[in-house]
Amino acid sequence: MSIKGKAFIVAAYEHPDRIIPDRSVAQIHAENTVGVLADAGLKLSDIDGFFCTGGAGMVGVAMADYLGLTNISYLDSTAVGGSSPVYQVGHAAAAIAMGKCKVALVTLANRPRSEVGPRSVNTSPETSFELVYGTSTIGMYALAAQRHMYEFGTTSEQLAWVKVAFSEHAQYNPHALLQKPVTVDDVLSSPMLSDPLHRMDTCVVTDGGGAVIVASPEVADQIKRPKVKIMGHGEAPKHSDNGRIDLTYTGARWSGPRAFAEAGVTPGDIDYASIYDSFTITVVETLEDLGFCEKGKGGQFVADGGLRARGGKLPVNTDGGGLCNNHPGMGGMMKILEGVRQVRGEAHPMVQVPECDLVLVHGTGGSLGTRMASATLILGTEDA
Amino acid sequence: MLGERVLPAPAPFVLPEVKPFWDGTAEGRLLLPRCDDCQQVIWYPRPFCPSCASTKVSWIPASGRGSIYSYTVNRRGQADLPAYKEAGLYVLAYVELDEGPRMMTNIVDCDPESVRIGQRVQVVFHDTGEGTALPRFRPASD
Repeated sequence: MSIKGKAFIVAAYEHPDRIIPDRSVAQIHAENTVGVLADAGLKLSDIDGFFCTGGAGMVGVAMADYLGLTNISYLDSTAVGGSSPVYQVGHAAAAIAMGKCKVALVTLANRPRSEVGPRSVNTSPETSFELVYGTSTIGMYALAAQRHMYEFGTTSEQLAWVKVAFSEHAQYNPHALLQKPVTVDDVLSSPMLSDPLHRMDTCVVTDGGGAVIVASPEVADQIKRPKVKIMGHGEAPKHSDNGRIDLTYTGARWSGPRAFAEAGVTPGDIDYASIYDSFTITVVETLEDLGFCEKGKGGQFVADGGLRARGGKLPVNTDGGGLCNNHPGMGGMMKILEGVRQVRGEAHPMVQVPECDLVLVHGTGGSLGTRMASATLILGTEDA
Repeated sequence: MLGERVLPAPAPFVLPEVKPFWDGTAEGRLLLPRCDDCQQVIWYPRPFCPSCASTKVSWIPASGRGSIYSYTVNRRGQADLPAYKEAGLYVLAYVELDEGPRMMTNIVDCDPESVRIGQRVQVVFHDTGEGTALPRFRPASD
């Protein structure tokens, strides 16, 4: 049993705004829905599967209510941070393959830039042993970066190259929050926030979101847009492992092989990759875990323009990624959207990968430093 | 060293089944849960063994010694807890206890710039004022 070829991404929409002070998360979901239905030429009433990330309360039902979805036979609001939409596209494909639904809306909306408020009290059992020590999002990733440097000799210069490559891509994205190319020196001279990570090792914080529609082959045949075949999917949580945590790898070590096996391809077959980039170190560890290079060699892989659309070893995040384009708290949807553009041949001409037949999308939720959720999706052209 | 600034010691949310751990900290004792069935030392604390699914767990006194597995110097107030907003520069770290587990903690009583992976450390307790104390670590001579 496999999802390969049993579902297609038939529509995609990226919310164009990066700062949205005047509309709610629910309204951003609504704008995503309008945009993605228009891309496919589908109607609201066609949607029978709903996969939702972002919002409060019983979010899947609340947003189905807001959007007026009255024909939902499959609902999923798996909450695994930034990787949620990458999980959900795999779940949507599985649901479609099993005949549980035919037209699945997957939407992400969030506004962490405009909606700054006190965090709710977290009574999850581990928090008493972590939060009290002054943990922070960047601190958790910094712990991983520091250990990676210690074990493998990875350098700040190498990490900086991740930001440099994505910033060069972002100059061609008119919606990107940061559109100016930067240099390695710019990254290294930006303020040190939590050793060894600088401000420019860190993703942007934006409002926004986006959506895709995953559909059965029969529905896909009726739609005029290029079909993006779902080839394979893998997911895996990684956690503190009874106090034996190893900070040098991510859940991609397990999600990657599962996705490659289902798709029947290898890392060497991949033409373009969208790699979750909450921080520069996230990209380096993920590329290693997915098998694009040996464990510990990720720094060398990304250095000297290794991730550039033109002339790189592997073109990565040609929209500018979370480091430059957007990161509405959770960025997995943006990774899917640029993957879809690359398969469709609709990326900016300056960053479009020629003959882009096979694409890998990887989402990372949570923290490299404690517990996380990884999901890998492999997409291809109709004939892939 | 940067003055005599004292790192905040916010009180933890104490779940009932790990009260023995936090009661120990108030007495200056670091207790670790150990599985009676497979002898694995468990972290973070809970009376359940994630290695063998046993609920037979005893609290054993730890040596209080370990070495730094990884660390970061937090330079800008971005902590999840508001208590750290004015904390200034501090070291967040994983210490690998001599009993095996790697625990999140702070490295204190030293220049943050001098902290290194592999450095030997020993436990100290910082009173939260609410019947508990936070186990933190300072450089050790061994």
